[in-house]
Amino acid sequence: MSTQTIRLELAASPHLKSPDTTPRIMWTVLATLVPVVLAALYFFGLGALLVIAASTAGALALEGWLGKARSVRDGSAAITGVLLGLTLPAGFPLWMAFIGGAFAIGFGKLIFGGLGQNVFNPALLGRAFLQAAFPTAITTWPKVAQGWTTVYASNFAWPFMHPTDTITAATPLGMMKFEHTGTAAWPLMVGSTGGSLGETAGLVILLCGAYLAWKGYLNWRIPVAVLGTAALFATALHLASPRYPDAVFMVFSGGLILGAVYMATDMVTSPVTPRGAWIFGAGVGVLVVLIRIWGGLPEGVMYAILIMNAFVPFINRGTQPRVFGTTRKKRVRGGKEATP
Amino acid sequence: MRSTFRHGVHPPDSKALTAAVPLRRMPYAAEVVLPLRQHAGKPARPVVRVGDRVQRGDVLAEADGFVSSPVHASAAGVVKAIGLWPHPDGTLSDAIRIAVDPFNPQIPRPRMVPDWNGLTPPEVVKAVQDAGVVGLGGAAFPTHVKLAPPKDIHLESLIVNGAECEPYLTTDHRTMVEYPERVHFGVRIMMRALGVKRAVIGVERNKPDAIERLRATLPPDLDVIILPLTVKYPQGAEKMLIHAVTGREVPSGKLPMNVGVVVQNVGSIATIAEVFETGLPLVERIVTVSGPGVRRPSNLIIPVGTKVRDILEFCGGVSADATEVVLGGPMMGTAQPNLDVPVTKGTTGVIVLTRRDTPRFETLPCIRCGSCLEACPVFLNPSMLGLHAQAGRYEEMESMHLADCMLCGACSYVCPSAIPLSQMFALSKTALKKARSKVVA
Repeated sequence: MSTQTIRLELAASPHLKSPDTTPRIMWTVLATLVPVVLAALYFFGLGALLVIAASTAGALALEGWLGKARSVRDGSAAITGVLLGLTLPAGFPLWMAFIGGAFAIGFGKLIFGGLGQNVFNPALLGRAFLQAAFPTAITTWPKVAQGWTTVYASNFAWPFMHPTDTITAATPLGMMKFEHTGTAAWPLMVGSTGGSLGETAGLVILLCGAYLAWKGYLNWRIPVAVLGTAALFATALHLASPRYPDAVFMVFSGGLILGAVYMATDMVTSPVTPRGAWIFGAGVGVLVVLIRIWGGLPEGVMYAILIMNAFVPFINRGTQPRVFGTTRKKRVRGGKEATP
Repeated sequence: MRSTFRHGVHPPDSKALTAAVPLRRMPYAAEVVLPLRQHAGKPARPVVRVGDRVQRGDVLAEADGFVSSPVHASAAGVVKAIGLWPHPDGTLSDAIRIAVDPFNPQIPRPRMVPDWNGLTPPEVVKAVQDAGVVGLGGAAFPTHVKLAPPKDIHLESLIVNGAECEPYLTTDHRTMVEYPERVHFGVRIMMRALGVKRAVIGVERNKPDAIERLRATLPPDLDVIILPLTVKYPQGAEKMLIHAVTGREVPSGKLPMNVGVVVQNVGSIATIAEVFETGLPLVERIVTVSGPGVRRPSNLIIPVGTKVRDILEFCGGVSADATEVVLGGPMMGTAQPNLDVPVTKGTTGVIVLTRRDTPRFETLPCIRCGSCLEACPVFLNPSMLGLHAQAGRYEEMESMHLADCMLCGACSYVCPSAIPLSQMFALSKTALKKARSKVVA
């Protein structure tokens, strides 16, 4: 074509852009959750899938209704819904899961101003709400390995009715806490123990996380810091007194791996600075062990992450990178290192 | 020598389009336009009048002070007009237009630049200024200024920048492959002028033939190291290159000479050699014409002042899906609204991009992923700077070292939310400068 007829566009430099976009990152994270969801389906049956679908539907419904135009398409609401579903038991009533998903988006994200503005991880905020609102339902853990077609009568409980009784099983953490009995390492790692949907398949989650880290969609420092600190702390306690569980149990029981890989790494609610990521992760690791061993609850991942979420602005301020060609660290006004 | 710097990004280098294309001379167009401001510093002062007949190499405008550079006629002809004309930086700027004489053989007057042998260092500096030599890597800083450091500065070595980290560009690459002896000769002149004993030529590893040719032709009496560098953007940024070669960081707000080095672009070095060899001032330069939107991607020797339209026509025109014509590299270059803009001494490339290369992403809110922090070569926090810029908190930005931002564009390149960070920083810098001048006035 002759240069006489060319239509020129103007744009500021750089004129190139890496193909990674926020929606692409979100949808990739969602895609890596598919194996985790399939593991839940395998261990807990169709009921698990229904719970995840219900919480995701709740999240999407609210984002579509109150969110900014087309914000459903960026995929972040779907991640919130799926992650929330993965923290719930398989026999959880679907209507509660739906409400939880809607709450997570409404009060966890939109109320702060939507994508990128929220302080706390929306999925965990949703779970905290459900735990406060429905303490019995959320601690009713059905037995695993009843066949993948299993659905639970309690799934279909009508709103505000008492759920039907389910055959329940104690979680490894519950047994450790209340009955002082341990669980063998291998069942913990492959997931054939009781617990929330995403709590069980530790190895699958680690693999998916490794893929995301390799793609650069996940800050690897955070899961490494969370799991490493928890393991170190647990080992120290275990050596001091065998009463306390060892590192393998500490890492592979409960929701620690799911939390470390998929929730603590939520970009919006974790520090932006590399050093901040280490501090944040270490804080989560320490808090989890503290809550599990000395707290009143058997599991502490949710509160550990939510508490550290609150410190993120301080961590960010205290860990500003040293600018090239400067020596002393310049303190931002009012900034201080947050030491968890 | 660590051969790289921390952080940075990896855009596709896209150099295969022209890396193996030999240099060719472009014929004279009907008109050349020479802006008076083709360098960093004060614009040159015209010394010709409309209607004057000039020969190739004649002075059209002289340097206005020390940090300034003269402009020479790049073609013989008649001065047609002196006035405003589109400038590659997007403004209108004073320029001298010459109607090229189609029957003139374009033979320059004999030896306008003195023989370098026997010149004292100050005389070399003067000759380099008079020849109109400026940095050819893009910033166009007058070369002679770098050759005359203050008395209290102790220089250890000369670093030659052959990184050429911008995608598409292959001008330095072809210079090193086709004129390695000229590069070495230029290094010899520079070392003599600066009084340094050592030099390092840094070349990114994606140019193995250039590294090989430079090594094969290195004179045995010259203490020069050819250092292969990691392929990473912005490896060719002055401070990044110095860090890669010496391990030292140029202190914030200081110059390379403060850590004992002077950096010169390899194209400028070759030009200095050429100027002393031929006796002809800087009147032409090597330009890469490339990009998916160009019919015949080429490396051309072009008379300074040739219009982009003439260059693109010479390269077979542009494809129907072309969207942007960028002068310089695609990371830091400027998109042009008008193809009558001339190539200046600082123009490294004419890059034509298509829709596929310039997709328009919707800008989304910052998700604080931290990618920009891990991209920024000077360790700024672009994420937070961006929030400040949006709110107009320029003083906050200044305290976060906005001045150290060199607008390399690495943060914008990686931002998944497509936030135009480096554009915001450029605007913030301008806003701060304006606020400052108001305070003074």
